[in-house]
Amino acid sequence: MSAHAESVPSQRHPLVAFALRWLLTTNHKEIGSLYLWLSFGLFFIGGLMAMGIRLELFRPGIEFFDPEFYNQLLTLHGLIMVFGAVMPAFVGLANWMVPLMIGAPDMALPRMNNFSFWILPFAFALLISSLFMDGGAPNFGWTFYAPLSTTYGPPSTDFFILGVHLMGISSIMGAINIIVTIANMRAPGMTLMRMPLFVWTWLITAFLLIMVMPVLAGVVTMMLTDRHFGTSFFEASGGGDPVMFQHIFWFFGHPEVYIMILPGFGIASQIIPTFSRKKLFGYHSMVYATASIAILSFIVWGHHMFTTGMPLVAELFFMFATMLIAVPTGVKVFNWVATMWRGSITFETPMLFAVGFVMMFTIGGFSGLMLALVPPDVQYHDTMFVVAHFHYVLYPGAIFGTMAAVYYWLPKWCGHMYDERLGKLHFWTATFAVNLTFFPMHFTGLAGMPRRIPDYSLQFADFNMLSSIGAGLLGLTQILFLFIVIKTIRGGKEASARVWEGAEGLEWTVPSPAPHHTFEEPPVLDPEASH
Amino acid sequence: MKSLAGGLKSGLSILALWVGARDAWGAAAIDMREGVTEMSSRIQALHHLSLWICVGVGIVVFGAMFYTMFAHHRSRHPTPAKFSDNLLVEIIWTLIPVVILVSMAIPATRALIEIEDNSDADLTVLVTGSQWKWHYEYVDFGISYYSNIATPQAQIDNLEPKGEHYLLEVDNALVIPADRKVRFLMTADDVIHSWWIPDFAVKQDAIPGYINESWVNVPVPGRYRGQCTELCGMGHGFMPIEVEVRPADEFNAWIEDQRLANELAGEAAVAARAKTWSIDELLPIGQEVYLKHCATCHEPDGSGQGIKYPALAGSEIAGGDMNAHLDRVLNGKADTEMQAWAPQLSDLELAAVITYERNSFGNSTGDIIQPLTVYEAR
Repeated sequence: MSAHAESVPSQRHPLVAFALRWLLTTNHKEIGSLYLWLSFGLFFIGGLMAMGIRLELFRPGIEFFDPEFYNQLLTLHGLIMVFGAVMPAFVGLANWMVPLMIGAPDMALPRMNNFSFWILPFAFALLISSLFMDGGAPNFGWTFYAPLSTTYGPPSTDFFILGVHLMGISSIMGAINIIVTIANMRAPGMTLMRMPLFVWTWLITAFLLIMVMPVLAGVVTMMLTDRHFGTSFFEASGGGDPVMFQHIFWFFGHPEVYIMILPGFGIASQIIPTFSRKKLFGYHSMVYATASIAILSFIVWGHHMFTTGMPLVAELFFMFATMLIAVPTGVKVFNWVATMWRGSITFETPMLFAVGFVMMFTIGGFSGLMLALVPPDVQYHDTMFVVAHFHYVLYPGAIFGTMAAVYYWLPKWCGHMYDERLGKLHFWTATFAVNLTFFPMHFTGLAGMPRRIPDYSLQFADFNMLSSIGAGLLGLTQILFLFIVIKTIRGGKEASARVWEGAEGLEWTVPSPAPHHTFEEPPVLDPEASH
Repeated sequence: MKSLAGGLKSGLSILALWVGARDAWGAAAIDMREGVTEMSSRIQALHHLSLWICVGVGIVVFGAMFYTMFAHHRSRHPTPAKFSDNLLVEIIWTLIPVVILVSMAIPATRALIEIEDNSDADLTVLVTGSQWKWHYEYVDFGISYYSNIATPQAQIDNLEPKGEHYLLEVDNALVIPADRKVRFLMTADDVIHSWWIPDFAVKQDAIPGYINESWVNVPVPGRYRGQCTELCGMGHGFMPIEVEVRPADEFNAWIEDQRLANELAGEAAVAARAKTWSIDELLPIGQEVYLKHCATCHEPDGSGQGIKYPALAGSEIAGGDMNAHLDRVLNGKADTEMQAWAPQLSDLELAAVITYERNSFGNSTGDIIQPLTVYEAR
């Protein structure tokens, strides 16, 4: 069956063979692993930058980094975490799991799959190399507002632009692959409304990616021509408009934040039923709620711009549209609770992370709802309150979601059970640390501390110190995570095919570890079973 | 169930303590400030409304979650139920949030409509942000000045103990009258800045090439502090805002004082031009100006920061042609953080700082620039 996989001539040096194997692989499982490892590595690099930021903010005064370098750190931290840690992690999970969950032998476009991964290391090498250039790395925040990023951007801005282009190309190709795979390669009998929720949320995410990544490409291209070819898209003195930059950026940026959370919704919707030993509550409304959130995400971008001087009517529109998102999001949370209701629940590590995801994502959702109201938003905007808000949806949201998925499917990937005691330790320490880091930011923000400042007035000192201590601990807990993952790959109790007694779905019908090739013959679905 | 109710109760009291304990915690404030204007306290009330609604919903949802996690744990509930949908329940929990949202949207909309009413102002101030300072212009009185951070660099570098208003103090505060509707026109010279005074609940982006509007009516005289809230480069954390609100009659007297001071400054400038200054007179003035305005980028020892902020020590400009140096300081360098200093500094200050730069950090041109030369070059 796998004649071509082992066709690499054996007389090659083992290192060359190893490199070629990973460079040339078109196997969805291997590419999934590559994505996950890249994302894991970048998660640590971005995390190291966060440690730098929190170190500088540990107490008032400029101690470790001058303000210019501090701005570079926070810019690269944001870009690396968004484009390098969260997004590739979800793509990696999709690569591994979508074919296994729909009963397909591989992704529909395996060579493009290889290409879309191998662009990424180069994109991030370009971005990170800018740290070592004269003039420094990009220093204008991950939102790169013009004209700070155009007229006033450092020379390395062009590397940033090329890097973003590459990441965009990679994302678009990845999204196309996922859509084509889901559309054409489902096992006979798997109708759309029988697809697992993780597949559904990724299908919708892939559509979001295809819609907005070209917009991001457009805005960085306009930056490039503003910087070098005499255009004035964002330059008022040439007839352009700096605020137009923000409109275009956030037209990409808001769907982007849902790109970073919808797959997490899918993961929670897989894990909670398994460990509640009960079917997902309201499958149909879950699908419709996800689609509604995706559609609404295109008409709320203005809520990032309430202080830019938008007309009243626009402010009202964006406020109402944004508040509306609370409805489908609420439906999802209620459905998860109802799934657990009267189930038979146990708390293995994936379930802990999934429940932690639901609760702490909801806290981030609450502050999001508060931010939607324009008059208080004037006070919240660009303060640490916003930083608290989006870190709650991203860290215990997107990243806990990813970790839940890793614990849930790792036995399927490598055939070994992880160490349950260490997994639980990881969850509880990370949960403690994540709240210690980010909850005090609500307070400093409300009390008046702007975001993105390297030094602050004395009234904010106590909570900043708490945040910094939390951040240090949080960094350590992720080293524990790395240790657990490596330990599991190297050995451990053998995992059964089903792994979890309550698990349902095609991925559990193949052996653990999942063989190199699966579902070469399409599986037969039980026509009676449905969601 | 008893322990659950008890837990909820103690949770509630902790929350109440959390919001109410602001005063007890002293400096470590944890809630949005009420501020001093009618609008700022309305906004705080809106904040509390949405916060408590979220807390309430949170108690119900998290309460249900904790209950089911406890009561339906496999050890207590070994056989799972079979249901997986219930249309009625799903309709109810879609509609209830809509009702809650409407109850928040109505007061928010009312407040917003008032916030956006910039009409009938008693006084207009043009606020201009630039890297990294604010400029205030009283459009009707022909008075204008720059407002720079006043916190000494030594405090920022942890070489001196930090003052009470660390990073929130300026040399020239904005002065406005109490009990009057003051309209702000906001714009910027270089990148986007944002002008925020939490106690006024006014936060408005200052955007180059565009003019935004905002207003405030402060009933209580006093000093109010804020900061720039839009990332605007290296000095973003160091461009505070200080507003001094004076009773209306004192404000009018202050305006007269400013006019008088402008005249005196004009006379002083004439006198400075008439005099020939020695290098010993210019150097201390120049050093003071340099440390206040130039050292942020070029560093106190003139060593600069890479290609973005070139070193002055041994530079072609500070050590070369004097007219090129004068031109660069007066008019700045286009599309960089090096701004035009001609409008910001007096002839004497400019002459002194250029003289200082040409005779410090190892530069030893021996050149002396006189205020008259600066005046003629403007």
